[in-house]
Amino acid sequence: MKLDSKIPEGPLAEKWTKHKFNQKLVNPANKRKYDIIIVGTGLAGASAAASLAELGYNVKAFCFQDSPRRAHSIAAQGGINAAKNYRNDGDSVYRLFYDTIKGGDYRAREANVYRLAEVSVNIIDQCVAQGVPFAREYGGLLDNRSFGGAQVSRTFYARGQTGQQLLLGAYSALSRQVSTGKVKLYTRSEMLDVVIVDGKARGIVTRNLITGKIESHSAHAVVLASGGYGNVFFLSTNAMGSNVTAAWRAHKKGALFANPCYTQIHPTCIPVSGDHQSKLTLMSESLRNDGRVWVPATKEMAEKLRKGEIKANDIAEADRDYYLERRYPSFGNLVPRDVASRNAKYVCDEGRGVNETGEAVFLDFRDAIKRDSEDVIRARYGNLFDMYQQITGENPYKVPMKIYPAVHYTMGGLWVDYNLMTNVPGLYATGESNFSDHGANRLGASALMQGLADGYFVLPYTIGDYLAGVPATKVETTAPEFQEAEKAVKERINTLLNIKGSKTVDHFHKRLGKIMWDYCGMARTAEGLTKAKAMIKELREEFWKDVKVVGTNEELNMSLEKANRVADFLELGELMVDDALNRNESCGGHFREEYQTPEGEALRDDDNFAYVAAWQYTGDNQPEVLHKEPLAFENVKLTQRSYK
Amino acid sequence: MSWITDTLTSTIGRKVLMALTGLFLILFLAVHLAGNLQLLMNDGGEAFNKYAYNMGHNPLIRVVSIGNFVFILLHIVVSILLTRRNKAARPVGYKESAGASNSTWASRNMGVLGTIILIFLVVHLKGFWFEFKFGAVPTVDYDGVSFKNVYLIVQEAYKELWYALFYVVSMGFLAFHLSHGFASAFQTLGLNHKKYSPIISGLGKGFAILVPLLFALIPVIIYIKSLG
Amino acid sequence: MNLTLNVWRQKNTQDKGGFKSYQVSDVSADMSFLEMMDVLNEKLEVQGEDPIHFDHDCREGICGMCSMYINGKPHGPQQTTTCQLHMRSFKDGETITIEPWRAAAFPVVKDLVVDRSAFDRIIQSGGYVSVNTGGTPDANEIPIPKKIADEAFESAECIGCGACVAACKNASAMLFVSAKVSQLALLPQGQVERKERAEKMVAQMDAEGFGSCTNTGACEAECPKGISLTNIARLNREYLSAKLTSENV
Repeated sequence: MKLDSKIPEGPLAEKWTKHKFNQKLVNPANKRKYDIIIVGTGLAGASAAASLAELGYNVKAFCFQDSPRRAHSIAAQGGINAAKNYRNDGDSVYRLFYDTIKGGDYRAREANVYRLAEVSVNIIDQCVAQGVPFAREYGGLLDNRSFGGAQVSRTFYARGQTGQQLLLGAYSALSRQVSTGKVKLYTRSEMLDVVIVDGKARGIVTRNLITGKIESHSAHAVVLASGGYGNVFFLSTNAMGSNVTAAWRAHKKGALFANPCYTQIHPTCIPVSGDHQSKLTLMSESLRNDGRVWVPATKEMAEKLRKGEIKANDIAEADRDYYLERRYPSFGNLVPRDVASRNAKYVCDEGRGVNETGEAVFLDFRDAIKRDSEDVIRARYGNLFDMYQQITGENPYKVPMKIYPAVHYTMGGLWVDYNLMTNVPGLYATGESNFSDHGANRLGASALMQGLADGYFVLPYTIGDYLAGVPATKVETTAPEFQEAEKAVKERINTLLNIKGSKTVDHFHKRLGKIMWDYCGMARTAEGLTKAKAMIKELREEFWKDVKVVGTNEELNMSLEKANRVADFLELGELMVDDALNRNESCGGHFREEYQTPEGEALRDDDNFAYVAAWQYTGDNQPEVLHKEPLAFENVKLTQRSYK
Repeated sequence: MSWITDTLTSTIGRKVLMALTGLFLILFLAVHLAGNLQLLMNDGGEAFNKYAYNMGHNPLIRVVSIGNFVFILLHIVVSILLTRRNKAARPVGYKESAGASNSTWASRNMGVLGTIILIFLVVHLKGFWFEFKFGAVPTVDYDGVSFKNVYLIVQEAYKELWYALFYVVSMGFLAFHLSHGFASAFQTLGLNHKKYSPIISGLGKGFAILVPLLFALIPVIIYIKSLG
Repeated sequence: MNLTLNVWRQKNTQDKGGFKSYQVSDVSADMSFLEMMDVLNEKLEVQGEDPIHFDHDCREGICGMCSMYINGKPHGPQQTTTCQLHMRSFKDGETITIEPWRAAAFPVVKDLVVDRSAFDRIIQSGGYVSVNTGGTPDANEIPIPKKIADEAFESAECIGCGACVAACKNASAMLFVSAKVSQLALLPQGQVERKERAEKMVAQMDAEGFGSCTNTGACEAECPKGISLTNIARLNREYLSAKLTSENV
């Protein structure tokens, strides 16, 4: 299989403009003859659904939650990047492009990233027009803040709830199209298979989560906007329902899965408090603008701290190690996420962790409060501080916060070309569910940007080019391809319900998560990964023999929902390990301990690994086949990332 | 007419009717109290009797008083419609409800309070208004002009302990009804403002205490006086 | 700590449903309320019993999916979402009563799960600014005073969880509707459709069967995002002036 990324010819800055012009168009009267399915109603899904419906297509939008507004985009806190240069601080489309490529450790496509930076400015205009209440300055114009991995202030925000406000904007646009009848909404519906007819994606099979009914939906194109797969780790900052199922079923129907090992570990999360932990809570990394990260200078002092013999505030300035400021004088506490996370791991591995489990570092606002007053800090981060206090019972205005890295985002995902189409014609992937724009590490405030760029400004252009070449005739859901897919879905559900084993789905999920975190988490080794691969295989076999799913299919059955999702995670986990084993280098969120600089930084191998690893499914329990898409860098020079 | 009926049958429209009629009744209470306080003057009832005569004969007052009855009726009818709708909005109730932690008792029981006030109103109208209008009321002469001596009827009525007590207790319920109703009416009309809402709320509390208290003082003083 | 849970169980919308009592032991104060429920459900599943169904997703207080009526209050004793409620708010030996949101417009789907699609339909009736993608003016061409922007943001914080409806003795949705109407009425972007929006959203709210507002303030007191009653006053104002001055007869 030859991977064609369909990157347009020409100079970087002109590619997208030229490409848009070269796209075939569907005439307005014909658009209403085409149906498009969109799975997921987060930023990428809702924005695409609204925009495509506005163009005149018939859209069917699916989400497993009770309302499109619940999608996990809503939880993004910090902000959204855009190269507006409203601050006059030297920002530009090119700089945002450059920062994103560099932040991604040179493992993303130049053309995609440039386009992302280019349309970023339109996103802000669009959202403001929708009534998104971004933060403003006293003069009435939009405010910006700085964010990790950038030296300009280009992040637009709405207090600590930017994702919420952007999603509600997209949701309102979607709601408007629902009221016009151009979008039909299917809530509490989970996609369980994609249907391929004559080599093209022509529909999906879903389960109505309330009645259990297995339903087929036919369309001319299918868009997956189903988010990331961070929940493979069980503990992550993702929502409990976030899952890989839609993407994984597409993968099993032929769509390649790219760079699955690229996972982002977010540095500022609330540490684990016990075995009961169901999820991890992230606090916006905007906190690092004012908070200073530190641990005690010595192991002994950290031990005393853990035993409760001394308190954080008792530790003198000289005995504090502000390790990020020390190691990275120019970026300090604002180093990119992967760097911040890994350094937290290092100091904790040295025995300098500050909570009972030894897996936490301080994020201290003492100096910021002294400098700016408590009120100023409250205005900036009030809701985050409240949330922290609610969860931990500690007052972060008085004692330093404790933080630890947690799985947060997955840069990997379905392989897509420049048009966001997977290698399966008519099957698209947008937002976090694709692999395209963040390389090996995503910069803060760029996820919202990518989701909305894909949905508002990229897909509406590129999908027309494909549909223009597809006849408007519909495939009936009675077609054998649909019937077969439905049958397979039903069989799998029956199998799960009839194993009647002894262990719950969560039991398996937690064990898988632990394997992934221990061996395929912040730092990986060939030895550990090999071990993990065997463990996952074993666990998967055990799952299919001994899982216990109570209840029936014909009802709201959350155990069954979870079982379906965890079964897919158990397969994905192995592919992640394979990918991590294959990538004999360190880059961004993928850190192989064997490959590091003498200073402990990620050591890339550009000669051998400057490619996208796209994996092809070949059958159950068969090794997946690797396809390489070489990454060509014509505009940036590959350098060792340095934030010193 | 459709937009008018639309508006007045919407939940907000109905609440606005409640607020407007309620505010009118609040005004009426103030005027009524001013008149009644004349019962406490040491003039053997002259001022009160003359006032009562004027009330019954001034054409403007008569129009207003008809309006008053209409508003009371409207206040009752709309409240019944709203209550029925509100009950239907929650067909299955909670087993446990900690309403006291998030709202005042009066605000949650305006219907009950209103019903009690309605019972009071029936007794009150029967005892005085109906008697004044249609009963055999003795007369009294001031400067050669004959007036109905309604003052005497009031004095006689409040000599009965149970009757005086009934009035006092009823005023207690009125106080609670007003304690929520006064400010609530402004909120329903959309009059909520950082500057004025605290003032309205304070006025409402003051009104809810002072007006029923003064109303209640009348039977109490008359009763005590009657003990001689 | 050890607790007794009195939980509403209902197989589906048609089922009559009833309370069932469960014992949970060794509950840690650091657990979230939902984690405590997870532990109980894990136990039930091992025993082959149907776990207690409840809505939840982000577990960080922003998606608005969790919705339990705990000891007589939506989201329990703290003014947060259920997912942000922690067991340190309870005492050893306590009996906790857990019920679903109760409203005709929120039918019970199963156990503690209710159908809140009425909220979506209210938004669909007019809770948006009608702009198509593309062709919008530069974001800074619409200056908005910071005070107004902040106020609109505070209204826009609503997470649509329905605690206001659950708390209200009339199951009224006024706080929810007023928050959206306020956000867009405050912003210049919302002016064009201002009247129509208020009219349509109130009509849809009424059609869904929510009760009226008695101004008890219970919604504001229980709202996990602290949405203020001033929004309701504004909605009343917006609705009345729309009805009196719009061109729709």
